[in-house]
Amino acid sequence: MAGNGAHGDDPDVHGKFGIFGGRFVPEALIPALDEVAAVYDKAKSDPEFLREFDHLLRTYAGRPTTLTDVRRFSEQAGGARIILKREDLTHTGAHKINNVLGQALLTKRLGKKRVIAETGAGQHGVATATAAALLGLECVIYMGAVDCERQALNVARMKLLGATVVPVTNGSQTLKDAINEAFRDWVTNVDSTHYLFGTVAGPHPFPEIVRDFARIIGVEARRQMLELTGGLPDAVCAAVGGGSNAIGIFHAFIGDEAVQLHGYEAAGHGLESGEHALTLTAGSVGVLHGSRTYVLQDDEGQTIESHSISAGLDYPGVGPEHAWLKDSGRATYHGITDDEAMAAFSLLARTEGIIPAIESSHALAGALQLGRELGPEATILVNLSGRGDKDMGTAMKYFNL
Amino acid sequence: MTTLQTAFAKAKADNRAALVGYLPAGFPSKGGDVAAAAALVEAGCDVIEIGLPYSDPLMDGPTIQDAVHRSLTNGTRIADVMRTVEGVAATGAATLVMTYWNPIDKYGAERFARDLANAGGVGTITPDLTPEESEPWRTASANAGIDTVFLVAPSSTEERIKAVVDCCTGFVYAASLMGVTGARETVNVAAEGLVKRTRAHTDLPVCVGLGVGTGAQAAEVAAYADGVIVGSAFIRRILDAPGEAAGRESIATLARDMAQGVRR
Repeated sequence: MAGNGAHGDDPDVHGKFGIFGGRFVPEALIPALDEVAAVYDKAKSDPEFLREFDHLLRTYAGRPTTLTDVRRFSEQAGGARIILKREDLTHTGAHKINNVLGQALLTKRLGKKRVIAETGAGQHGVATATAAALLGLECVIYMGAVDCERQALNVARMKLLGATVVPVTNGSQTLKDAINEAFRDWVTNVDSTHYLFGTVAGPHPFPEIVRDFARIIGVEARRQMLELTGGLPDAVCAAVGGGSNAIGIFHAFIGDEAVQLHGYEAAGHGLESGEHALTLTAGSVGVLHGSRTYVLQDDEGQTIESHSISAGLDYPGVGPEHAWLKDSGRATYHGITDDEAMAAFSLLARTEGIIPAIESSHALAGALQLGRELGPEATILVNLSGRGDKDMGTAMKYFNL
Repeated sequence: MTTLQTAFAKAKADNRAALVGYLPAGFPSKGGDVAAAAALVEAGCDVIEIGLPYSDPLMDGPTIQDAVHRSLTNGTRIADVMRTVEGVAATGAATLVMTYWNPIDKYGAERFARDLANAGGVGTITPDLTPEESEPWRTASANAGIDTVFLVAPSSTEERIKAVVDCCTGFVYAASLMGVTGARETVNVAAEGLVKRTRAHTDLPVCVGLGVGTGAQAAEVAAYADGVIVGSAFIRRILDAPGEAAGRESIATLARDMAQGVRR
């Protein structure tokens, strides 16, 4: 089923979704990427691997996660019915656990004993440290020094789980620089180490692997929507930084042409301020972190630093499959400002007793806007990609609590 | 203008390896870059690589990252890189640009190749451009009459080495080790094997880079390679020097030591 360009396809043999994706990495990494691709190719059709993955998802991650009708919250959306897919209820509190369990199993198949990962908000780092602890792997997490500060709780969690956390002091000291540093480690230690990539970006085969491990979100949600409402939603909403939670929930619906797919990027202080992470909305096509995709860059291809109140969305690139979904028109991408996201964060807490991750709050804010557009008959499925415990420091500061 | 072909032919006629020096454009300062590269040429470098400063240098260690960051902070743009190339090429050394792919992609491959050729540049080294993605760049370079250099690594299979060398003109860059740029205590033993394996697939000169920092190491590499590439060791000396003039003197001393090394 490789690469005829239809929606929902796997990428072609070069890892391309249309013109996006591919590999732009030092030659030293090519054999490692080939090895990961070959081992994954076998694993994904090996019943034993799939059984083991499914077992971990059910008995360790807490799948399937439930759907929640948020009727009081929906009142602010012009009466449209908003339903949440509760990834916040997974072990470690975010959708990231799905991918890391899959890749940790893959690491064992690769015969490697060490995993490295990059993290922005810390969720992927915590999830990786968790999976490494479970499967007895050595674990090193690269995290921008700025992010270490704003996500101190997650740094402590990773350390408690036995991981080494390396603060990255280069560049903007955020996710982008943590990824650069993790690649440098990988080039140096590729024989012993698997780079447990955290989002649907990076060189082939990572966008495909991470998507496949995350797509359980949409597979479950589609079935659950049919059970709960008797039909498919009118729209599916998700936040987009690198794009793993969004691809995770979008993927099962790509073939359902009547279902609108809406991704919400961080507009930070607004497009005009220049302080945002509007990669798909305001970026241009380029190469970043090993993949051709949309990038926030200047006229000479230098990456422009992004901004978001959410460390998890503070990234100037995006997964190539999202670039493809945007250009093909299958998905639509919008910006949500810090203030809009924080208003939705607070609203969900007060109306439903759920404190969402600030990342997810961007999708919630988007769903409120979309509900007002689509009207009271509409049903909107939102991926609540993670819980907000990790963001309490930011919330305390923002709301002066 | 000295081409890569003439530079390597000359070294071969002298029965020695060529010495290739790397410095980023705009470092230690705009203008100071040409003077620093000229000092390397005068001290015995045959080929100069001018680094195009990039915000996300995946393959570089802390020393080059630091230099490149300073260069970008100084406002170095591609026009400055071209001016640097022009100044360095005027010294008589074959002058290449080493760059990550995105700046060329954004600037436009045809335009970049043409501007580089007009500035007297003889080619590029593109560390993150794979053979699979290289066709537009090889075409643009061929049209402009400049060489394309790609990298092989110790991890490369025979099939990969063949694919990479088939894209190279000028020379092949053999990364001596699995890792990023930066001087090391010893040059990896994998380098010699990699050069041998590469030679089985091409008649082009094979140069070894990554980790070479002393005259003795240059001599060691020169015994089996056609060229020795040095970058971080020069940059470290400039970073540690009290001023630009002292930095130039310091790198000239090291380059002379290396130039003797490749002649042993």
